[in-house]
Amino acid sequence: MSIITPKKTNDIAKSIFWLIGIITIVILIIIIGYIVVKGLPVISLEFLLSSPKESGAAGGIFPMIISTIYVTFFAVLIATPLGVGSAIYLTEYAGDNIVVRIIKFASEALASLPSIIFGLFGLAFFVVFLNLGWCVLSASLTLALMAMPTIMRTAENSINAVPQSYKEGSYGMGASKWQTIINVTLPAALPGIVTGIILGMARAIEETAAIMYTVGASIAAPITIFDPARPLPLHLYILATEGISIDNAFGTALVLIVIILIITISTNVIVERYQKKMMGE
Amino acid sequence: MDKNKIQEKIMEKTLLIIALLSILAIVLIIGFIFLEGFPAIQEIGFFQFMLGMDWSPKKDIFGVFPMIIGTLLTTIIALIIAIPLSIGCAIFLTEYAPENMKKILKPTIQSLAGIPSVIYGFVGLVLLVPFLRSTFGGTGFNVLGASIILAIMILPTIISISEDALLAIPKSFTEASYGLGATKWQTIYKILLPAALPGLITAIILGMGRAIGETMAVIMIAGNVVEIPGSIFEPVRTLTANIAIEMGYAINLHYNALFATGIILLIIIMILLVIANYIEHKKKLSVGGGEL
Repeated sequence: MSIITPKKTNDIAKSIFWLIGIITIVILIIIIGYIVVKGLPVISLEFLLSSPKESGAAGGIFPMIISTIYVTFFAVLIATPLGVGSAIYLTEYAGDNIVVRIIKFASEALASLPSIIFGLFGLAFFVVFLNLGWCVLSASLTLALMAMPTIMRTAENSINAVPQSYKEGSYGMGASKWQTIINVTLPAALPGIVTGIILGMARAIEETAAIMYTVGASIAAPITIFDPARPLPLHLYILATEGISIDNAFGTALVLIVIILIITISTNVIVERYQKKMMGE
Repeated sequence: MDKNKIQEKIMEKTLLIIALLSILAIVLIIGFIFLEGFPAIQEIGFFQFMLGMDWSPKKDIFGVFPMIIGTLLTTIIALIIAIPLSIGCAIFLTEYAPENMKKILKPTIQSLAGIPSVIYGFVGLVLLVPFLRSTFGGTGFNVLGASIILAIMILPTIISISEDALLAIPKSFTEASYGLGATKWQTIYKILLPAALPGLITAIILGMGRAIGETMAVIMIAGNVVEIPGSIFEPVRTLTANIAIEMGYAINLHYNALFATGIILLIIIMILLVIANYIEHKKKLSVGGGEL
């Protein structure tokens, strides 16, 4: 009846889906490619290892790299025991009761709050109420809250994936519950837990809105956790929007994107190895 | 033996306290935002604040209506762009892509999810804004640019959740359709998509939440003028941008008014979360109920 046969529609649909898949890849190539092409000429050992001059128009980004490492390290240090501890409780101790369901909903809600809300909270609570001021610690605490749900959920999944027979073997040998968790369950779940920590770390490294009003924006490298700092994303934002130096902004963006890509790739490697090992057994 | 038992008890209680911290955190966050924001709503008046068209901190006038519209507008246009692309990409991944294409596409989506918002904003600023300026005139800082960048940012969220929803459809569904002589497209359109619909809606809602909450990328490309845009080629300010731009120098009522902006944002996100949870819950019920 009509000229457009189901066969033809089918072919058209197929090419459209292929096109969409390719568009997605092209988008990533444009974003990363543009930053690499424009940022690479800026990168040098001097750029990475010297302090900014003229508020970032010249000089390097060394204090910002230190700030990012500093802020992220403490965020992960705080979030890891909390996230993993919660996951152990939920998987090994708690049954399915109302408290557990509220904990899970709270963690999910925490994961879906916009970063600017964390920023507002960090400012009102850590900076002002606890009087910590604009510093590394305030930012780390704020970021720890953001990284916690990620670490918790990933740890929960990987602990759940540990075969029951492992634990039964341990109980059979007379080990207590806690001994079993420490000696059997956690080591078996470790790759998954590490993946979660790395993902939480990535979230802390890339975050800007949550630290804008908790970390200060000091251009000097922080010495103690009570000093203000300026992590890479915040530096990039200031360079780009205040029109200080587009070249240095590209350099900073490239450093940031390389860090994030290394993290993404290394998590993939860990997950792949882990899966191979589990399949092998 | 006894020592062990005591240790066991201590560990259990310690872990319980740690697990309860998530609840404490969310309560503190919501509590403090309300505590700081509520005085402003009280002083300005609820309707004055929500429906006021003017935001001039110097004159102590605070109305967020243009920002509410700004957030809704950029989010809706971002969704219009992102939904076909992302669900299309999920279908491509599950139904069409050969193994080696999957090997490229999956890390691509992961990397898109990992790129920091400030980088999206920066690329928007140096690539998209100049392009929009030379193509459509004006400053280039406008609704369309912000929506395009938001759409790209929510692609990974919608793709990965839709993919899970599509993969969860039993093979027997599609096989029955092929058995009746349906083409692949007919099967996707008539069987796969309707069956996966609840999951797809969850994916869209979560993507929407991400678009509404996004701050850095939007402030770098939206222009941030407090006015209801007359077209997609005019600048716009979102709720998140309003907070981020002015928090640096806000004091007194202005400071509280920005937290009040946060309250609105918080309520919108919570509503979306509850809807997403409700759909998930219903989906479980209908599958568990033996509807198959």
